Amino acid sequence: MATTTIQPVERENYLNKEYGVGSWLFTTDHKRIALLYLISITFFFFIGGFFALLIRLELLTPASDLVQPDTYNKLFTMHGMVMVFFFLIPSIPAVLGNFLVPMMIGAKDLAFPRINLLSWYLYIIGGVMMLHCMLTGGVDTGWTFYTPFSTAFSNTKVVEAGLAIFVAGFSSILTGLNFVVTIHRMRAPGMTWSRLPLFIWAHYATSIIQILGTPVIAITLVLVVAERTLHLGIFDPKLGGDPLLFQHLFWFYSHPAVYIMILPSMGVVTEIIACFARKRIFGYSFVAFSSIAIAVFGFLVWAHHMFVAGISIYAALVFSILSYAVAVPSAVKVFNWTATLYKGSIHYDAPMLYAFGFIGLFTMGGLTGLFLAALGIDVHVTDTYFVIAHFHYIMVGGALMGYLGGLHFWWPKISGRLYPEGWARLAALIVFLGFNLTFFPQFVLGYLGMPRRYADYSHMPEFQVLNVLSTAGATVLGVGYLLPMLYFLWSMRYGKPAPDNPWKAAGLEWMTSSPPTTFNFEQEPIVTWEAYNYDELDTGHKQEVKVVG
Amino acid sequence: MSDSTVVGLHDEEQHHPELLHHFAEPQQQRDAASLGMWIFLATEVMFFGGLFCAYLIYRRMYFGDFGAASKSIDATLGATNTAVLICSSLTVVLAVWAAQTALRKLLIGSLVITMLLGMVFLGIKAKEYKDKFEEHHVPGASFSFDHVPIPGHPGQYANPRHAEIFFSLYFIMTGLHALHMIIGLGLFAWLLFMAWKGRFTPEYHTPIEIGGLYWHFVDIVWIYLFPLLYLIDRHP
Amino acid sequence: MFDNFPLWPERASTAAGNVDALFIFLLIVSGLMTLLIFTALVYFAARYRHRRGVLAEQIEGSTPLELTWSVIPFFVFMAIFAWGAAVYFKGRTPPRDSTEVYVVAKQWMWKLEHAEGQREINELHVPVGRDVKLIMTSQDVIHSFFVPAFRMKQDVVPGRYTVAWFHATKAGTYHLFCAEYCGTQHSGMIGSIVVMEPSQFEAWMNGGTTGPLSVSGEKIFAELGCVTCHRGDAQGRGPNLQGIFGKPVQLENGRTVTADENYIRESILDPGAKIVSGFKPVMPTFQGLVSEEQLNALVAYVKSLSHSLATPTGTAAATAQDNSKAPGSAPGSQVQ
Repeated sequence: MATTTIQPVERENYLNKEYGVGSWLFTTDHKRIALLYLISITFFFFIGGFFALLIRLELLTPASDLVQPDTYNKLFTMHGMVMVFFFLIPSIPAVLGNFLVPMMIGAKDLAFPRINLLSWYLYIIGGVMMLHCMLTGGVDTGWTFYTPFSTAFSNTKVVEAGLAIFVAGFSSILTGLNFVVTIHRMRAPGMTWSRLPLFIWAHYATSIIQILGTPVIAITLVLVVAERTLHLGIFDPKLGGDPLLFQHLFWFYSHPAVYIMILPSMGVVTEIIACFARKRIFGYSFVAFSSIAIAVFGFLVWAHHMFVAGISIYAALVFSILSYAVAVPSAVKVFNWTATLYKGSIHYDAPMLYAFGFIGLFTMGGLTGLFLAALGIDVHVTDTYFVIAHFHYIMVGGALMGYLGGLHFWWPKISGRLYPEGWARLAALIVFLGFNLTFFPQFVLGYLGMPRRYADYSHMPEFQVLNVLSTAGATVLGVGYLLPMLYFLWSMRYGKPAPDNPWKAAGLEWMTSSPPTTFNFEQEPIVTWEAYNYDELDTGHKQEVKVVG
Repeated sequence: MSDSTVVGLHDEEQHHPELLHHFAEPQQQRDAASLGMWIFLATEVMFFGGLFCAYLIYRRMYFGDFGAASKSIDATLGATNTAVLICSSLTVVLAVWAAQTALRKLLIGSLVITMLLGMVFLGIKAKEYKDKFEEHHVPGASFSFDHVPIPGHPGQYANPRHAEIFFSLYFIMTGLHALHMIIGLGLFAWLLFMAWKGRFTPEYHTPIEIGGLYWHFVDIVWIYLFPLLYLIDRHP
Repeated sequence: MFDNFPLWPERASTAAGNVDALFIFLLIVSGLMTLLIFTALVYFAARYRHRRGVLAEQIEGSTPLELTWSVIPFFVFMAIFAWGAAVYFKGRTPPRDSTEVYVVAKQWMWKLEHAEGQREINELHVPVGRDVKLIMTSQDVIHSFFVPAFRMKQDVVPGRYTVAWFHATKAGTYHLFCAEYCGTQHSGMIGSIVVMEPSQFEAWMNGGTTGPLSVSGEKIFAELGCVTCHRGDAQGRGPNLQGIFGKPVQLENGRTVTADENYIRESILDPGAKIVSGFKPVMPTFQGLVSEEQLNALVAYVKSLSHSLATPTGTAAATAQDNSKAPGSAPGSQVQ
């Protein structure tokens, strides 16, 4: 008689509660919506990544021989638009935030579950519009849409791209709104503000920016679309308008936007470090308030993108000094994370490797921000590869690594499966090495003077070696990103079933089943402990918590 | 912040029919809805804010030209509209009070009058737009604004291109406002329907309250728009 | 370094040294900071690896430490800010008596005109050791004049003048790039700055056949009928332009402005924007009737009516005005 292994009956959870496309497309469960986002943003990530690959391939040789300059211009534009608006801005909040915020505070769902679903639909509509735009000719204005080129000169689908981003922007606004109300009103009894995981503080700060900043780019894009279709002159000097007004309005959102992209990632890293060092974060209140400080100060520095645009030198002074002010809370976080490792008990699982990578790369990227904030230096390096390297260090070396780290950390909770740890560590290493090889040479290229958005550098063949290095790195990086895609998918079918708390991590989300049930908690939790109570988790009792100094 | 509300287990909840499952109790649901609407209004402030910012900047740059353009829009119609909206905010407040005090007829009546006033507003706006169209003040190919004197500066005439910027902003700002009014009318139609069906009680009338908040916001935007667009540089 | 693999750009101007000095300082500071953090990370990761039976120590924090590592970096940042600001101020303040070159950018080429009249396309010849001021505008979209070897960059904006300057210190040919994306051939909008020894430069200048820009300007001034109202005496319907350049002008609304390049340009393209006190607003607009090059020539001519050809726009404030005022076909004053 053939032996059969008895499969344990799978408990009911949010994944198997209902089947069918309708149960997913009309869900109001924040966890299912998070997965809907996961699939959509991964799709757009690979589209944006594909454009990046083409860009790097083109730049292997000085001449514009792979694609025509017009095509290249569309490639970098759409790479930027897709990556910023359809990947980075939603990524952590829409995937990890949606999944975890209610659970971390002990709630059954977000405050407005149907609005959460609406957010996803708006994202999809915006995404479809953007796809259509790309498939029917694309747009070549740069993701920054500078006027009067975008309003009066470009022959591409500026209006469609602008409207796509406008729609996606409302997705972002509604997510932020949902998080703020949820965090204010849905915390479980005993979950005071000072007991909140720092992931929540980070998402709260991010949500403030989403709420207050995104409407400004929305109206700016409305003006661009109106100007372009109705031939108005709001930004066109030939008709009495001022092109710099566009820049101010654009950057008023787009600078805080970069904090939307990085703050959640900082929240993820904080959770990971506490767990894998087995101790509470050093300086909880400082880390919490630094998130808020970054959000607030982030609104005051936008014209540091305009130091050579034609603003007065006095305005430049003000924005430069404020840009240094916003660097302080970021530095404080790095110091706090590092200090947390002191006298910790450190494990090197994949999430922790991503967290280490984040700290290193974010430090480098952030330090190069100091270069850019220095007026005298910015004049030379702005609009060159130095800036490109700077923001990729933060966005890719920082935000994306944090996102990947978070995906790994919470994967057992989200999917009920364990990912293969060996492959994950390998992928983390490949990403780290590939990333540095791709982007470090770009700092050198930038200082040498290679301008950005150049399809062709045949007049400057001396730039080729560095470009080749960068492209080589990009291929390695691409492999590093493909691997998690593959093994996460693999794990959904073949991965080991995950226990409820494989990492013995602190946090209410780990007190649910893996995967959680639809309503998260059997009973509403009543919180009587501080955040990051790793002493209790590891020893069963409270330890004395030291305060140094 | 509702920090320490004592909440019982799921089975013990009083299942108010309007209580959504993820809320522990009706007060929490009310608070969430209210906070949500306030935050949404904050986003609307930022949305209109970009336009106000652009307007104020150009107003300062092209003071005389904007003055001439502003003079050509009808301040009487604008003032009438302001009065109409303020009255409609009064009827909205009445509606909320009626809901709180279970006066169904007053609630329905107030909602109806609010909507009527909103329609009057839109009607007057339509007349204004029609006038502008006939005077060729709509930006675009048929725009013309020649030889219009700058108020207070005899002998000087407005630069048509700068005046066109005024009108671009005028139409976009008032158009966006009118769009919000139309959406408000839709919202109130739905509230009216629900009120007529008896869905609102003193314990549950959140939609009326937050709908009212929205309407007040649209009113306030107009209260800023009106003087900025219609009343600048007016001389007795 | 290596010819085909440089790691550092050439230094060919006075500004380059200043910028490089600050850059190197920042490299050192960042390098030290990176080293510090990386060392701490690696050391802690190794030293506090998980070991059986050894528990992590729960440390809440340390307010003195937090304040220390907030305040010290803050002061370091302020020092960097101050140094950067100083370099920037210097780099944005053309010295008095700079030689002037007018630049008109268009998709996708650079048109340059020396005050002495020579015209160049995509190339700029200058002598070593002279202050050169660029007065720039665009015919279409925003471009940016970027010379890495000079560590100099300034956006070139349609509808107004922006100003940049440099002082070349080494003969040679240096890349000129457009650094603000401007369309299809953005990467083709490349030129050279040719820095020559003074004697060679004189020879090159004398090879040109056109006269000084101000002389062309004088011709245009007559052709367009400006001279009918702007006479050399006080009886004209328009202000006498002798000696006005760089001086304050009182407007009829009581404001006072400086008659710089942007003011002259605006007065031609949008005369109603600023009426001089005591004059009637009767000047017609020349918007659409003069090209950018003709405007440059007229500006040069009006400048030449002041006591010296080199213009007194050397102060930081005046140059701030240069970069902050906007002329006629564009806004009367510019968004900052």
